[in-house]
Amino acid sequence: MAQQLLKGNNAFAEAAIRAGCDAYFGYPITPQTELLEHMSARMIELGRVFLQAESEVAAINMVYGAAAAGAKVMTSSSSPGISLMQEGYSYIAGSEVPVVIIDIMRGGPGLGNIQPSQSDYFQVTKSAGHGDFHPIVLAPATVQEAIDLTVLAFDLAQQYRTLVFVVADGAIGQMMEPAELPPMRPLPARAPDWALTGAKGRSPNLVNSLYLGADSLETLNLRLQDKLHAIESAELRYETIDVDDADLVIVAFGTAARVAKTAMQTLADEGIRVGLLRPITLWPFPTEALYDLSRSGKSFLVVEMNAGQMLLDVKAAVGADAPVSFFGRMGGAIPMPEEIVAAAHNALAQPAFAWAGA
Amino acid sequence: MESSIVIAGFGGQGVLFAGKMLAYAGMENGLHVTWIPSYGPEMRGGTANCTVVISDRPIGAPIVSQPEIVIALNHPSFEKYVDKVRPGGLIVVNSSLVTEKCERDDVEAVYIPANLIAEAFDQPKLLNMAAVGAMLARRPIVSLETFRQALTAHLPATKTELLDVNMLILQRGYDAAVPLSLGV
Repeated sequence: MAQQLLKGNNAFAEAAIRAGCDAYFGYPITPQTELLEHMSARMIELGRVFLQAESEVAAINMVYGAAAAGAKVMTSSSSPGISLMQEGYSYIAGSEVPVVIIDIMRGGPGLGNIQPSQSDYFQVTKSAGHGDFHPIVLAPATVQEAIDLTVLAFDLAQQYRTLVFVVADGAIGQMMEPAELPPMRPLPARAPDWALTGAKGRSPNLVNSLYLGADSLETLNLRLQDKLHAIESAELRYETIDVDDADLVIVAFGTAARVAKTAMQTLADEGIRVGLLRPITLWPFPTEALYDLSRSGKSFLVVEMNAGQMLLDVKAAVGADAPVSFFGRMGGAIPMPEEIVAAAHNALAQPAFAWAGA
Repeated sequence: MESSIVIAGFGGQGVLFAGKMLAYAGMENGLHVTWIPSYGPEMRGGTANCTVVISDRPIGAPIVSQPEIVIALNHPSFEKYVDKVRPGGLIVVNSSLVTEKCERDDVEAVYIPANLIAEAFDQPKLLNMAAVGAMLARRPIVSLETFRQALTAHLPATKTELLDVNMLILQRGYDAAVPLSLGV
């Protein structure tokens, strides 16, 4: 299929449809509204389920129910809406049903604004809900990757019966780039064996997150932890550029990583040996890769569109003795390449944490 | 080779559309392109802008602090961007609405009465094409022909009857800005 000029939000939606999403429930919020709008037209055209719920809380519970019934289901929102849905994420994790969530992040806290941000990092990687679980978190940096990772999200959700987040800042949702969509997959002929499809002629299935006995709940948790460890060892994804020869490794994801790539051209022209490690999965996180780089004496510069959230994972990976600097913009501001160049100079001179103001 | 273009003006001046057509034209030429609109509070105040990057390499930052080319279709956009144009860059000024001149001597300025040109064809909303034509005369990052192809392929189905007049206004803007050294 040929390349098309596609807007990020539309690309996420169409990729989900082609990956076999057969039910979508959501509630509009900028900067992801085009995603819901695309689903509203295409899902109905294809005879699949589209429902605009009365709220995000309703939407996530519809998602939970549809997943329990065996649908390949998705919702999408932006930061404040993602917060509203949190209870549902935990129920979904506890019930081990496959669900895909797309978060087009905007500035916070609170209602914040509608500008691009990466400040949901802690929420999606560390505290998506109460209880011991991690969603898989995928972070595209281009419209093509938005498509590819959305398809992957459906596959991982089904394979592990787990919650998968695809997170992108508003800039990726709003921008257009040439990208290629995958062919349309046929919908599965039947629901998975564990799904609630009516028990006539077979023993009943149960999808539930309530385990009143400590033993039974601990058994569930042990199984969840085994699954999370399996995901950690099999599903880690990251991109590296020129890290082997680098004195300074920039660590960034999403739009921040794109801007860092532009800054790297300037730095390379100046003769500075700079590399990039871009996590594609934010959970699992490339802890060992960062540790290995730190053992060869490199400095690190973490760049994020938040106050330094992934920074803590980088510091935990490289240890206390490795020089780690940070540069961030908050409140919906995007770092400029010149700012990252300056932060790289500073990082090599004297490691520091810095936030730029408008 | 990497070019960055900011197109800025009021909502309704075809800012986002003109940017998309440039992106399509870049794509036609096999180049990497990004298009990103302003969608924040400034847009709700009635002004709109988009940034287009066209490059022969994969594009990192889709936004730029110092664009190589600015098309300023109204006064607030001129004020906002005139000092941001990269030294050696180009600013296309819609002189129908912007009375100031660019005081900088390190950038090239071209003044195009875009509203007047479009009104002469009874299509005042197509002033964006006059401005893009002028830009392509001074910075042929894509050829006029490639831009025409993009327009032909991607003008919305509801607007196809306006294709010819789009082309005429584009050409008129181009002709008005062709450097004199080319002897036109």
